[in-house]
Amino acid sequence: MQGMSVIVKKIAQLMSGLIFVYGVYIITHGHLTPGGGFAGGALVAGAFILLILANGSEYIKLKRQEEGSSVVESTAVLLVLVLATTGLVAGSLVFFNNFLPTGIPGRLISAGVIPLYNIFIGMEVAAALITIFLALVIYKEEISK
Amino acid sequence: MEVMLSIIICFMIIAAIVAIHARDLLSAIIAQGFVGYGLVICFLILKAPDLAIVQIVVETITLIIMVAVVLDSSRLELNVSFDRRKGGTTAVTFIFIIVLLVYFNRAISGLSKFGEHTLRMSEAYVTDAASQTGSLNLVTGILWDFRGYDTLGEATVLFTAAIGVLTILRLTGKK
Repeated sequence: MQGMSVIVKKIAQLMSGLIFVYGVYIITHGHLTPGGGFAGGALVAGAFILLILANGSEYIKLKRQEEGSSVVESTAVLLVLVLATTGLVAGSLVFFNNFLPTGIPGRLISAGVIPLYNIFIGMEVAAALITIFLALVIYKEEISK
Repeated sequence: MEVMLSIIICFMIIAAIVAIHARDLLSAIIAQGFVGYGLVICFLILKAPDLAIVQIVVETITLIIMVAVVLDSSRLELNVSFDRRKGGTTAVTFIFIIVLLVYFNRAISGLSKFGEHTLRMSEAYVTDAASQTGSLNLVTGILWDFRGYDTLGEATVLFTAAIGVLTILRLTGKK
């Protein structure tokens, strides 16, 4: 995949950081404001997809990236399951039990395990979308050789 | 509110029909994007900002991927030969439409008015979710506390999609 012009590359470099930070904000404030793991993860993935589209496929080492995002995705799903099973063990035998203290509603650190679930599912969604996009890009590179 | 919704949904239906019948695949994708962004405005009117954020981001990423695919392959639709006996299929289609409309009318006649549904289960969620889960965003509180299994299923669907894409596309690369 070819990169685009210098203007597009520069704007993409400037904007992708902002989009990434906004995605992280949506994930970490998921229990306070609208949004959550799914929306923030999709935003984080969009920041990376913007960089890859603007700079072309020679910009990053693509094969290593795809393996890394695949590993991150699987690990995040596993962490969600481990957290849910921990709720089963700790406290009253309920899967997805909220076993941490809930704290004061409205603070950033509150609501027990819900922010942790949001962070892990954000990692999973971002890594899954990046993996799908990178798989398509790498496939196209390979068949065009 | 209902008038706005009806207008947007009518435009979405027209755009969907255009997307089916367009000869140029790029205009078909743009018409399909009209459907997605119209859905975003519907969510915003119905006061569901969580869904609107997810829908607008996912719609943008999907449009980017599909535009890249179309620009890379051909822009014209392949010539698909239709069945010649058009009279019979049209008659069958109209009969099915009439039957479906009759039963749809009978099904929705027992429902309450738009926006005035009876709250039984959801009323307990709305009143107790903030105090029980400690999460001010009720949607996230319900998703990760009362409905944890559903959310785990959604995450598994996305995980399975990624694994499927890797299995189909990356078999040659991993030799």
